[in-house]
Amino acid sequence: MRIGIVCPYSWDVPGGVQFHIRDLAEYFIRLGHEVSVLAPADDDTPLPPYVVSAGRAVPVPYNGSVARLNFGFLSAARVRRWLHDGRFDVVHIHEPTSPSLGLLTCWAASGPIVATFHTSNPRSRAMIAAYSILQAALEKISARIAVSEYARRTLVEHLGGDAVVIPNGVDVDFFAEAEPKPEWQGDTIGFIGRIDEPRKGLPVLMKALPRILAERPQTRLLVAGRGDEEEAVESLPAELRSRVEFLGMVSDEDKARFLRSVDLYVAPNTGGESFGIILVEAMSAGAPVLASDLDAFAQVLDQGAAGELFANEDPQALAAAAVRLLGDPERRAELRERGSAHVRRFDWSTVGADILSVYETVTDGMAAVAAADDDERGQGLRARFGLARD
Amino acid sequence: MCAPVTPTLIWILVVLVAIGLYLSWTAGRLDRLHARIDAARAALDAQLLRRASVAQELATSGVLDPAASIVLYEAAHAARQAEEEQREVAESELSQALRAVFGEAQQVEAVREAPGGDAAAHELTEAVRRVPMARRFHNDAVGAARRLREHRKVRWFRLAGHAPFPMAFEMDDEPPTALVERAA
Repeated sequence: MRIGIVCPYSWDVPGGVQFHIRDLAEYFIRLGHEVSVLAPADDDTPLPPYVVSAGRAVPVPYNGSVARLNFGFLSAARVRRWLHDGRFDVVHIHEPTSPSLGLLTCWAASGPIVATFHTSNPRSRAMIAAYSILQAALEKISARIAVSEYARRTLVEHLGGDAVVIPNGVDVDFFAEAEPKPEWQGDTIGFIGRIDEPRKGLPVLMKALPRILAERPQTRLLVAGRGDEEEAVESLPAELRSRVEFLGMVSDEDKARFLRSVDLYVAPNTGGESFGIILVEAMSAGAPVLASDLDAFAQVLDQGAAGELFANEDPQALAAAAVRLLGDPERRAELRERGSAHVRRFDWSTVGADILSVYETVTDGMAAVAAADDDERGQGLRARFGLARD
Repeated sequence: MCAPVTPTLIWILVVLVAIGLYLSWTAGRLDRLHARIDAARAALDAQLLRRASVAQELATSGVLDPAASIVLYEAAHAARQAEEEQREVAESELSQALRAVFGEAQQVEAVREAPGGDAAAHELTEAVRRVPMARRFHNDAVGAARRLREHRKVRWFRLAGHAPFPMAFEMDDEPPTALVERAA
């Protein structure tokens, strides 16, 4: 099958959607499909052979933060050329509502289009204003995928229609087989995420830390992620700061080893999550998980059966749960076991097969993808005036 | 004498052309949606037929006990032969029959152990997973078309032509847990 995948966010910047697309593309290539990924990228970024650059993304303020997006005449032309040259059986667009390549592809393509909705943003004002334009573009999508039941619900409420739920994939064995690192073991709490992004919840964890250390002074907090380290520990009494170790950005291998090593993984995110891939990775590596009770997290953790939940933004609840878990090796072993069994459904072998089923379902009834112009020249006008369809 | 009339006339013409283009664009949109429904319906039909065929094959293969075979055969046969109006009911009954027969993991195991059973079980699993997918995609397309067709501009200018008002396909498509659990 010839598969075209559209990534809306810059390939240079690591992010959940980009990783998802990379893994998905590599999974399909291993199965022998032909895959091309269209993504924004700087000219000097080294790209894998299957990625086609759609040009440099422009940083613009969008949806409360600065996003790097592709739009405008040149990008639209590149999308058209990519569609034309690719002759894809199916095009898979990620995040079609972001004003970037995804939306441009929706405009430019005709044929079987599959779209994955990753985020579950509350409806923004811009989206309401652009609703009719958006609707006309989104109507071309033959099959919608939401990454969680929660994301599906938001999608149905905001845009109408329906979607199938296929979770994000994780290479479970990569995490399960990583080698633990002794220096990260022994009464350690792990946290991975941007330090300076409050929604990732490090401030909540920092507020809970004094209570945890009061009960269990030997505990260490290991933090992996970018951001200002000084600022992060500011709220902490000076004598406790030595209990926090910053590892900076870690490679994929180190991330897996990190998750294999820690005694407890804490995800104190306060919002803005539609899936929670990090929880799946932690469970794959066999780390007991303690997460805030966001809708998306509760779903990934099987409503608390595969990992524990605490009341969102409540440092007291977090501290109490962490202390209890750190002092109860049996409970942690139980969580490890349940987690490892639970994550199998998120493995690429299952997720990839499901996505392929979606492709096959939509291509069953349709011709291949074309740049809309191609067939417009041939029979577009006739189709436009041949209004009576019997 | 007609000098002041000309600009007005031109404006009226411009507006008319603009309205015409907009209506033509909307008609194109609607046409595309109808094509999408047709394709989605064809895909749904293909999946339903595939499911009924595999079910029928299994029912006549002798792998299942006679009672289960008869229940499954009846339902699969009825689903394949159903007239358009009875289709949704017949397909729902096939879903129920499949759930009844493959409700337990042991039954699935027994099928897998039979010669050629693994392939049949795999095909059935694929089919029961894809029917809900195809149906959701179909109904999603139907919903989009209906929303557009209920709009004033489409009704007043009869942009939908003679195309029949699209209907969602409603059925019980819950797959047997023993089959999909194993795959998940």
